Amino acid sequence: MLIALLTDIHGNREAFSAVLAHARALSVDRFILLGDYVGYGADPAWVVDTVRTLVDEGAVALMGNHDDAIDGSDEDMNPIAREAIRWTRGQLGMEQRAFLADLPLIHEEGNVLYVHANGFAPRGWHYITDVIEATRHFSRIEAHITFCGHVHVPMLYHMSTTAKVGSFSPVSDNEIPLLPTRTWLAVIGAVGQPRDSVPAANYAVYDTAQQSLRYFRVPYDNMTAARKVREAGLPDILAQRLEEGR
Amino acid sequence: MRLRLEPGMVIDGFTLVEHLNTGGMAQIWSVTREGDETAEKESIGSIPKPGSTFGSDALVMKFPMLIDSDDPIPIVCFETEQMIMPRLSGRHVPRFIAAGPLDPQAYIVMERIQGQSLKARLKDVPLPWQEVVAIGAKVARALHELHLQKVIHLDVKPSNIMFRETGEAVLVDFGFSRHEQLPDLLAEEFREPFGTTPYMAPEQVLEDRADPRSDLFALGVMLYFFVTGERPFGTPKGGQIRRRLWRDPVPPRALNPECPPWLQEIILRCLEVDPNDRYATAAQLALDLEHPEQVRLTERAQRLERDSGLQTFRRWLKARNAKPLETPNIVGQLSRAPIVLAAIDLSPGNEDLVEAQRVLIERILSTDSQARLSCVNVLKLSRIAVDVLEDEEGRSLHVQRLVQLKHWGAALDVPKERVTYSVLEATDPAAAIIDYARHNHVDHIVIGARAASALRRYLGSVSSQVVAEAPCSVTVVRAPREKPEIP
Repeated sequence: MLIALLTDIHGNREAFSAVLAHARALSVDRFILLGDYVGYGADPAWVVDTVRTLVDEGAVALMGNHDDAIDGSDEDMNPIAREAIRWTRGQLGMEQRAFLADLPLIHEEGNVLYVHANGFAPRGWHYITDVIEATRHFSRIEAHITFCGHVHVPMLYHMSTTAKVGSFSPVSDNEIPLLPTRTWLAVIGAVGQPRDSVPAANYAVYDTAQQSLRYFRVPYDNMTAARKVREAGLPDILAQRLEEGR
Repeated sequence: MRLRLEPGMVIDGFTLVEHLNTGGMAQIWSVTREGDETAEKESIGSIPKPGSTFGSDALVMKFPMLIDSDDPIPIVCFETEQMIMPRLSGRHVPRFIAAGPLDPQAYIVMERIQGQSLKARLKDVPLPWQEVVAIGAKVARALHELHLQKVIHLDVKPSNIMFRETGEAVLVDFGFSRHEQLPDLLAEEFREPFGTTPYMAPEQVLEDRADPRSDLFALGVMLYFFVTGERPFGTPKGGQIRRRLWRDPVPPRALNPECPPWLQEIILRCLEVDPNDRYATAAQLALDLEHPEQVRLTERAQRLERDSGLQTFRRWLKARNAKPLETPNIVGQLSRAPIVLAAIDLSPGNEDLVEAQRVLIERILSTDSQARLSCVNVLKLSRIAVDVLEDEEGRSLHVQRLVQLKHWGAALDVPKERVTYSVLEATDPAAAIIDYARHNHVDHIVIGARAASALRRYLGSVSSQVVAEAPCSVTVVRAPREKPEIP
């Protein structure tokens, strides 16, 4: 079975549509969405409705910190994220807000864990940005494979039988075997706000039969997405990020 | 837990038949498969490459030796091999069949390569230099195929080289290898150099696992050993491994005077400390091994003593500051050093066309500073008649063509050591050019085409056949001022 893993869509309709089309062209069997559907981008309502439709069709959607902040507190956020969240609240109806508030934090299937930020404190929203944080995750989580997002930049961490942790920066469209002898933590890059100087959208496909993972970069109409951010009156830096992918 | 391996035991549908050998880190058994093609359950990455039309159906199963469980290196080597082998294809590697996880028993099943490894030849060293050259060319071609697949072997040595019955070299044991697009488990887990100490390149000693030219160094060590009977750097241990960063080996001809100067040139070039002073690619090394008369001899060929103390001291100073590369760029290294084939037709009336080819080739070679140029001319033979390969004065047509070709090449603004000349004799010129390109791993063919004419459209041109069938990029050149024929 092929599972498409999408995360950090952040109200970016153009990127989300491009990734969905790419994944459907690969005939993926399922979608698992790792959170952060809103915040930053100009189309939060459309993105939430699309996620709801996917869930009705059998997809799993988890909660991210931006989704959590819609009905909760935005105090821990940086000023720009907070401004975007406050704008987003005005764009969403009651049903959309209720959908976001009810999302689960984690999802487990066998020895595979899906979560937005990390396994050790899902609602603490700590970032896994390096081997030290990955080691913290591995030391507390039993799962053979964990998929998460939140960082926006793709990275693959792995731990050997002797508890040595390594990291690997994946290239697009390249099949990586998730060896049964290791423990894996795959950080999926952002669909809607890439931050590694490549403007193309990120996502990944997990092949459960082959036990392999394939990261993808999907070019999309980022200039339109950026223009809509400006037209919505959101901070200009958010439009620039989409233009430059950083 | 670990299983006690015995003949007749069945593991995931494979029946153990015979214990073939035990290497440093693995046991190899011959196996048979239940119901052959179908029984491949619960193994990772177990889909065999479709359309394999070569090799035998005989299989071997490789088990890592995990007896001393305090040492994690064999496990990580085995994981590395499990990751890389399913990605490899072609005649120069064993075909991958299946792999199993650590519990209950880790294994890899692959095609059995019949015969023995080159290790069996070690008792006969020094070998005749002609045999050493033939081995070197075959291994270099196999290495180039591997490098094209984004993998550096990093443990090239006699026991890891076998041969198909059809003659091609086959590389085995990818436990120390590095794939450019997969995690490097070894480098991330351990901070120490990997490889087999007598064969390890200087940069490997410095824990650099990113340069495909490390494999050329190891091949150079092997050729040196075969031709002289001695290892160029002995079998050092511990800190002694670093000596190769500054101490050059005794020149092969000082140990075996029968080694020709050009072979010494090739071997010592492979053994250069700085990878930039070695051959740029294995394909370029193979080209020299197969064209000895065109090897450009330098001071290396004449050397009969090791370098002076002062030179050695300078290298020692430099080695103290050597730093490893960060990330591998196998594909980049190969693409900077392409082999360009210029197919030159020296018929009268073709002067404008070959001149246009010369201009374009100079341009290509000026952007790729490590490119090699192969100038090829085809001496067309008749299909039916017995060819007279001499002219009226008894001069060999082949030699005449070669002289003309070299004359054309002499006008190129390209260093001579980067150019080779070949005259092919064939009834079908296009097929001969395509075969040559395939055998020599040519990256780019530059061929001339005369203006279109009704006759040529009817008969088909050499250039169009080359474009259709070549294994690489082809540029078709036309003479600039040539006008189309007016009907």
